[in-house]
Amino acid sequence: MEKVKKGVRLDHISKIYQDPKTGKEFYAVKDTSLTIEPGSFVTLLGPSGCGKTTTLRMIAGFESPDEGEIYLGDEPINELTPNKRDTAMVFQSYALLPHYNVFDNVAYGLKLRKVGKDEIRERVLKILDLVELSGMEARMTNQLSGGQQQRVALARALVIEPSVLLFDEPLSNLDAKLRVSMRTEIRRIQQEVGITAIYVTHDQSEAMALSDNIIIMNKGVVAQMGTPQEIYYHPVDEFVADFIGEANFLRGKMTGRDGKQVTLDIEGSPLQVEGKDDMEIGQEYTLVLRPEAATLADEGGLPCEVVLSCFMGSYQNYHVKVGDTLVKLEEHNPKNKKIYAVGDRCSLVFDPRSVHIL
Amino acid sequence: MARSQGAALDRKKLMADPIMVTTIVVLIAFLTLFILYPLAILLVDSFVGDGSFGFSIFRRIFAMPSFTRAITNTLKVGFVVGILSALIGLLYAYVEVYVRLNKFAGGLFKVVSMLPVVSPPFVLSLSMIMLFGKAGIITRFLLHIYDNNVYGYWGIVIVQTLTFFPVCYMMLKGLLKNIDPSLEEAARDMGASRMKVFTSVTLPLMLPGLGNAFLVTFIESIADFANPMIIGGSYDTLATTIYLQITGAYDKAGAAAMAVVLLCITLAMFAVQKYYLEAKTAATLTGKASRVRMLIEDRSVKIPLTILCSLGALFVIMMYICVPIGACFPTWGYKFFPLTGKWFAQVFTKYRGLKAFKDSFVLSLIASPITALLSMIISYLVVKRKFKAKGFIEAVSMLAMAVPGTVLGVGYIRGFSGGLFHTGILQGIYGTGLILVIVFVVRSLPTGTRSGISALRQIDKSIEESAYDMGADSFKVFMTVTLPLIKDSFLSGLVTAFVRSITAISAVILLVTPSYLLITVQINEFAEKGAFSLACAFATILIVITYSAVLLMNLFIKRFGTSKNLKED
Repeated sequence: MEKVKKGVRLDHISKIYQDPKTGKEFYAVKDTSLTIEPGSFVTLLGPSGCGKTTTLRMIAGFESPDEGEIYLGDEPINELTPNKRDTAMVFQSYALLPHYNVFDNVAYGLKLRKVGKDEIRERVLKILDLVELSGMEARMTNQLSGGQQQRVALARALVIEPSVLLFDEPLSNLDAKLRVSMRTEIRRIQQEVGITAIYVTHDQSEAMALSDNIIIMNKGVVAQMGTPQEIYYHPVDEFVADFIGEANFLRGKMTGRDGKQVTLDIEGSPLQVEGKDDMEIGQEYTLVLRPEAATLADEGGLPCEVVLSCFMGSYQNYHVKVGDTLVKLEEHNPKNKKIYAVGDRCSLVFDPRSVHIL
Repeated sequence: MARSQGAALDRKKLMADPIMVTTIVVLIAFLTLFILYPLAILLVDSFVGDGSFGFSIFRRIFAMPSFTRAITNTLKVGFVVGILSALIGLLYAYVEVYVRLNKFAGGLFKVVSMLPVVSPPFVLSLSMIMLFGKAGIITRFLLHIYDNNVYGYWGIVIVQTLTFFPVCYMMLKGLLKNIDPSLEEAARDMGASRMKVFTSVTLPLMLPGLGNAFLVTFIESIADFANPMIIGGSYDTLATTIYLQITGAYDKAGAAAMAVVLLCITLAMFAVQKYYLEAKTAATLTGKASRVRMLIEDRSVKIPLTILCSLGALFVIMMYICVPIGACFPTWGYKFFPLTGKWFAQVFTKYRGLKAFKDSFVLSLIASPITALLSMIISYLVVKRKFKAKGFIEAVSMLAMAVPGTVLGVGYIRGFSGGLFHTGILQGIYGTGLILVIVFVVRSLPTGTRSGISALRQIDKSIEESAYDMGADSFKVFMTVTLPLIKDSFLSGLVTAFVRSITAISAVILLVTPSYLLITVQINEFAEKGAFSLACAFATILIVITYSAVLLMNLFIKRFGTSKNLKED
């Protein structure tokens, strides 16, 4: 695919909807600006109603933004109808044409583009080979499994060689196992083709596994954009920290500073961590602690009491109380470690470098 | 918050689609010109028809005893027919859904539900007169009652009930099937008798549906023209009074005002039915039945119910069969044997039957594809697209459902005989075949649109979006995706439109000119004159035509229909 790769840019995009019950207007997407690099795989991740699907549908052209402009490459595309946009979408329900067989489904877009018969045949077969559906051309779509239908939908979108591939929660109708293998597949195909892909999902593991960049959305605005690592280790706020993975929040007042090191008072115990430059003594701060980053010991950390202890196979799941704060933690590979029981008083231990200050 | 940019962009995107814009504009023009305008002109006529604005015409018609009597007559008939039809329909629906029927009874039920669809509306009036009238086979020759009068109130009530109850039966059957059997099983399990289950569970769940069936029948009965015309005798209803006012008394302004009164009644009923009862029915009976119902095997319940309903069904079927047989009697009322084909021969030799059939057939054949395509386009626009005039298109095409044929007919006379607003523009279409075709289209449009809308709602919106996204414009999407997916609905819409058109009478009887002979109008004329054998001969051939059309459609759908293998998905 010799085509020049194109990115997508959203410039202060807003979309306003009307609540059908109350008649009140609200921002489904509010003043969102984004740059998606050519050839990258970007995921829009967020809870339902956060505006991720609306954003995707605005890029596809099904919805029109109430403010701002959308660019494909350098070209503004606000006024283009979906059929004139160089994007192709893979739908949640696959949306295969039920009266066509696999071949005709994939060939549909090419026929509309008046591609010659021989070339259609060649390109369809090549793309079906890519999604590993060779030999299935004559099947009707209702004779296919969910995973196969998904591949047809993907092939249909790929075959017209769009600049951008859009995915609207494409795996949510599949069972858990298939979901995992399909996402690897989608990533492989995207890398092979080198196409720009925008992927909407509410499943964080899907987002982690697929993306070069994740965009977390909440209530119509972008909460954070970054690589999976950035988002996991350096969330910008409690929402992001809580949404991606499990997070514990420890709150404490800063009591002192020694160069980069700051001291915080957590539930009456001092804790030394690497601070940020703009932190001030006397202010309250929130620390993010991931469950796998902490462990329990008899002493040497924050004093705590075990309120839940549960064997999960690969790890021991604890809930402990540090003062009034509940902390969840996962002790991995618990076989030869000391297991604490409910009611035990012990110590919450973690590497100060593994906490993140919001 | 300003949604102006989004709205402007949506508009621009719409404008980028010239076929779509043209379609919408043409559609709006059509609906305005042929549904809204004729009704509007009736209003204008009835308020300013005598030169000055005011209620004087209404005052005049309400001072006519014949008119006020017609109102009470119409409401009385509609009320009783509505109740009887809903109850009989419920009985049949209940028996079909709850009782294990043998093959014979099941077959009878099916025939009964089919008959009113394929036969012209006034067939039962004919057979009623022939069987139970003064010279009726049953009354005079079997029971030796010589002065039985079928004309009038009871004649209309019986005939309309027999005509409309199958519609209620089909409506209520669908609803009963949606009741989750486990609700009733739970009641049984807690100790309720079968009767108690019916009165405490089934009936309350069905009440909105029953109300709905009642109102639909009520509207049909009020709007019915042909039956009161043939069997009403001196018992006039609104539809016939309006007809006589315009054809007999030449009082066009008076007829217009009467039509407005009739329209107000049906519109009010329609509003209640559509916005109140339909929503309620949907709210109480939405879910699909979770499992198969245990049918009633109890012989003490099963046998009497089956026999009762089968006898009723046989009676209805006999009424219909009476028509072709009646067409074969040498002299009605005196000589029944040997059966003869002379009336059929006369239809063609003496009474220009061939022309009547040709005219009816050709006009209906022209109207039906237009209707079917138009209703599919309207359904597509209403269900799948969003644009400003959508509400208008949906409302007006549904409004046509509530307009009685007679009202529409008067509206067309007033609206087009002197051209648009009596200016002479478009006057040319009055009295032509074109206006008949348009009336056929308008009369069948609501049914087609309704079935199109429900068919389209079944289709995932993203299927069309995906085609659009792949690069197809609206026209391509409609032709390559939407239409193939609702092919069955389109085909049945085609036949329904054909059948409705060829059996229509109420509006066209006011608009037809001597240059066109329509079968239904012929039947009406011969029945009026008492030439029942000829009327029956015409009606028989008509039934044969409509029935063949339905058969053809079923064959066609079986062979070429797509939906069947799609539904397995």
